[in-house]
Amino acid sequence: MIALLVRDLRLAFRAGGGFGLGLAFFLLVAVLVPLGVGPEGGMLGRIAPGILWVGALLACLLSLDRIFALDFEDGSLDLLATAPLPLEGAVAVKALAHWLVTGLPLTLAAPVLGVLLNLPAGGYGWLVLSLALGTPALSVIGTFGAALTVGLKRGGLLLSLLVLPLYVPTLIFGAEVVKRGAAGMEVATPLALLAAITAAAAGLLPFASAAAIRINLR
Amino acid sequence: MEMVVSDLAVARGGLIVLAGLGFTLRGGRALILRGPNGVGKTTLLRTLAGLQPAVAGEVSLPPESLAYASHADGLKATLTVRENLAFWASVYGTGAVDAALDGMNLRALADRRAANLSAGQKRRLGLARLLVTGRPIWVLDEPTVSLDVASVALFAGVVRAHLAAGGAALIATHIDLGLDEAEVLELAPFRATAPAATAGGFEEAFL
Repeated sequence: MIALLVRDLRLAFRAGGGFGLGLAFFLLVAVLVPLGVGPEGGMLGRIAPGILWVGALLACLLSLDRIFALDFEDGSLDLLATAPLPLEGAVAVKALAHWLVTGLPLTLAAPVLGVLLNLPAGGYGWLVLSLALGTPALSVIGTFGAALTVGLKRGGLLLSLLVLPLYVPTLIFGAEVVKRGAAGMEVATPLALLAAITAAAAGLLPFASAAAIRINLR
Repeated sequence: MEMVVSDLAVARGGLIVLAGLGFTLRGGRALILRGPNGVGKTTLLRTLAGLQPAVAGEVSLPPESLAYASHADGLKATLTVRENLAFWASVYGTGAVDAALDGMNLRALADRRAANLSAGQKRRLGLARLLVTGRPIWVLDEPTVSLDVASVALFAGVVRAHLAAGGAALIATHIDLGLDEAEVLELAPFRATAPAATAGGFEEAFL
């Protein structure tokens, strides 16, 4: 399992591995939105939580199809499926690797980009916390989508359409945490729901993903 | 340690390609599968490897005993030869990377990235993976594609050493490996005659 994690991280950081793709996209969104919306500070601050969360979500989406497609193309997915690793574990490790390469950097970069969007001072802590809690769900759900579409040529479009509705609850509660936090309101309810989504996704979806891969490899 | 296949039927794309197939593979023996293109060699090997379900019949073999090598080598282009092997060695819980490098004559290439290998060298690396699995039954799909004569001989030597150590090998191939002791199983007589029946009924059509 650890060997698979190390291999996936190593592949991501080597040339052409896709590390930084999501981060660059996130940066683009955070830089371009203020330019598009205009210099009105109050307006920007109000939409900042939503923009940051949508940006993080789309940045996650960008690298999903790489999770299994590359392994499928070079045959290593077949070999992994016949290896002594349980496929459920391999899928969970791949989701973790995706989060370490995409979600974690997004979470760490978000406060800096919050400045660009004039996020109110009270929101920074909640922004980092909500992203840290919510982005693992994005990776796990995305891995499930990637498992469903593995083996399809140009499956990226279908993958986005499948995954997008599943991302909606995470987006709603995540942005809600930041919005309420920035306004100094109580955040416990959306935070608890966000954590519940992540826990349920991480606990259940690896089994569904492994089943989907087994069917797709037939 | 033996693999027993009885009355096996396998399907590709919902059509049964082979039926009534049976053989026994014991330790120390090699079985070569032959047959024209499309007869179902790859489908049979994928079924034995557990990647797809059999339509009928039984495959019995000891658990965790099979290593499968497909057409594709499963190499990562940005990892070096040694890193590729070390990954599979730790997945299978063995540490036989150096022996595998020597076995398939890859020592000089150990620190080169897989992207910079020739087709034959990649194939040798793909086959070296078998040596780090430590599994007794090798199931090989066209192992000699893009290998030169010397490498085929090298590979035949590796298989022979594996058999001598009590292992077994099931090899689908079109060329003569020079394994005189191997039995040959011609698949053409097992070709399914009535292709009308679909493998899994209605639902299978959507999978």
